[in-house]
Amino acid sequence: MTRKQKRLSVILAGLAFLAAAAGLTFYALGQKASYFYMPADLAAASVPPGQRIRLGGLVEKGTIVRGQGATVAFSVTDKQKSVKVTYTGILPDLFREEQGVITEGAFGPDGVFVADSVLAKHDERYMPKEVADGLKAKGVWQESTN
Amino acid sequence: MVETGHFALVLAFALSLVQMLVPLVGARTGNQRLMAVGGPVTVTGFALTALSFAALASAYAGSDFSVASVWENSHSLQPMIYKITGTWGNHEGSMLLWVLILTFFGALIAVFGNNLPATLKANVLAVQGMIGAAFFLFILATSNPFTRLNPAPIEGRDLNPILQDLGLAVHPPMLYLGYVGFSICFSFSVAALIEGRIDASWARWVRPWTLVAWMFLTGGIAMGSYWAYYELGWGGFWFWDPVENASFMPWLAGTALLHSAIVMEKRSALKIWTLLLAILTFSLSLLGTFLVRSGVLTSVHAFATDPARGVFILCILTLFIGGSLALFALRASRLTAGGLFHPISREGALVLNNLFLTTATATVLVGTLYPLALEALTGGKISVGAPFFDLTFGPLMLPLLAIVPFGPLLSWKRGDVIAASQRLMAAFALAIAAILVTGLFIDGASVFAALGVGLAVWLVAGALTDLAAKSGFGAVAPAIVLRRFAGLPRSVFGTALAHLGLGLTLLGIVGTLCFGTEKILTMRPGETVELSGHTLRFEGLSPSKGPNFTEDRGRFLLISDGNEDGEITSAKRFYPVRQTVTTESGIRTLGLSQLYLSLGDENKDGSVVVRLWWKPLVTLIWGGGLVMMAGAAMSLLDRRLRVGAPAKRRKPAAALASPT
Repeated sequence: MTRKQKRLSVILAGLAFLAAAAGLTFYALGQKASYFYMPADLAAASVPPGQRIRLGGLVEKGTIVRGQGATVAFSVTDKQKSVKVTYTGILPDLFREEQGVITEGAFGPDGVFVADSVLAKHDERYMPKEVADGLKAKGVWQESTN
Repeated sequence: MVETGHFALVLAFALSLVQMLVPLVGARTGNQRLMAVGGPVTVTGFALTALSFAALASAYAGSDFSVASVWENSHSLQPMIYKITGTWGNHEGSMLLWVLILTFFGALIAVFGNNLPATLKANVLAVQGMIGAAFFLFILATSNPFTRLNPAPIEGRDLNPILQDLGLAVHPPMLYLGYVGFSICFSFSVAALIEGRIDASWARWVRPWTLVAWMFLTGGIAMGSYWAYYELGWGGFWFWDPVENASFMPWLAGTALLHSAIVMEKRSALKIWTLLLAILTFSLSLLGTFLVRSGVLTSVHAFATDPARGVFILCILTLFIGGSLALFALRASRLTAGGLFHPISREGALVLNNLFLTTATATVLVGTLYPLALEALTGGKISVGAPFFDLTFGPLMLPLLAIVPFGPLLSWKRGDVIAASQRLMAAFALAIAAILVTGLFIDGASVFAALGVGLAVWLVAGALTDLAAKSGFGAVAPAIVLRRFAGLPRSVFGTALAHLGLGLTLLGIVGTLCFGTEKILTMRPGETVELSGHTLRFEGLSPSKGPNFTEDRGRFLLISDGNEDGEITSAKRFYPVRQTVTTESGIRTLGLSQLYLSLGDENKDGSVVVRLWWKPLVTLIWGGGLVMMAGAAMSLLDRRLRVGAPAKRRKPAAALASPT
């Protein structure tokens, strides 16, 4: 190989590497990003069981049921629709009735959302941003909940 | 005192305007006296900023609730340490800390930069002045920490309980020393572009600053990771949270910069690329500041959301990143390209390192900004988390880690892979042995786990091989080996330590992720639980009272080989002022591993939800970070990098020349 060809092949290898990385990134964005839904959005978007999503809303009053061991069931609502959620683990410290919450997981075949992580707001002043925006958009936002 | 602090801050802003204009004009017109203004102005600006910061800190220490920021973030019952650290545990105070560190670094250049070319020093100080002016204005216009309340409230609203921890004393200052430290590299790059000149002495100046910034950023990230690990009670050490990514991106780019600066210093190659990397690294630091401070992300770091602040920081971001890149586009072609090298050489290895690291930075950037962009453009809300980064960042890092041991063993200009491979045979054999031992003798080890352990051993052994090879191990007599070892340049030790630390961190990550176990269960007092060979007995909950909180303390007795082996306690704390509950995790370190437990809610029947983890080798994750820091410190001690070193050599020459 001449010097020029050598340099060209090094540059081509570099470009091929970058293209592979870019391709991987876009593939991963399509496959691995989880979308955020509020309960009322779920009717319009058909989410198949097993697909990871994030479900946010308020913890519906009077729905928290502590089951066997560390399993907890509760409903997440946006005051229009509500979705049943089960979660096994320790609930965050700021998990309370009527408070904003984001759960991440997938729907089981029975239509119950099985969460593997539950996030509540960070302290008494902040509601998860997605939940606050969603409630505002649905017109059920009350400043008092902030 | 509070007003003094405010005035000092306004004066510091005014001085930063002088600092950004006068030396610049001086350098342009060749006026020595104008250029000389830069030094004293910078030092005075630092003194005023320090005074301002001291004023705010004393308001916090004295619980002066007539100051709005103190009222919002402090309480008279807080322990003194949290009163003081609370100074930067809020938006206004943390920005003041940011400029304090910025002016501190500027003052260091002003004081110790006497052997810099006068015009370069003037331009560097001017660029530092520009950054300072922008952030002083930001603080004074949108985030004044000295705003008074009238009438003054009697009691404060308490610091966010999550921040009432020693971590707040260490993590933000360290992280900022890193973030802001890269501003020096940025200023040197912009100054070089303004002058249209760059040479090896420029790299000799920039490299120690990169090392300092990188060292503190490494420490800041490691500390933040450990803090999140024990404070949040989730047992995770890294969440790929956008705020974490905001500090990780400058670290990755800074690591690339660290390596390319070596090439530039030693071989005067990659000049333009190094300059661009320095600009990009600080740009990512600014981006991090924007992401964390503007409130576009909801997180524990976003202390308050105020659109005016977000827009202001976005303007600063656009101005500095856009301005510096435009200057780069205009001027970079004037800089002369440096020495040539064969693809297989030390330079080639470092270029490969840069290729991997910058690509990895780009994937993290995409993963962090894509959700924000998507929401701004379509309103769709997505979250990009660990699965995305596992698929993109992971595959990019693995080959890079695999080639790390080769780099230092290749020679400059034209290297010999076969010779390097021969030297690495022992390390390779060790890695294979580690893979086999892990795969065959440890229960439940997956192929990934075995390969991960092998890769970590490969890194550690490779780093040691480098030291052995450079001291002639196996080639010369043992006594000479020892003498050569002791005489190796400190930067060689620095490299070996940093790579060794990387291996240790990887070993910790693989150990925790692949061999960790966890259990979630409800326990009544007297019940025992067994996890990975460790038995814990729940002794019960007991109420207790702290200075500004009450807590329910769960006590667990660790039983090893039938004997009682000390207590682990985890607590649910209630902070009445903020009506907030936090979980204090209980951690017991056993060797390099940890037993971690966190307390959940109490059920009506008196049983308690308990989550416990066995985290093998987890301490290595942060221990490796400390070793990397030690590596950077070692490199900094290298004679060649010490700023005084060239001056020393000049003196005897001068003495010879003068007839005495």
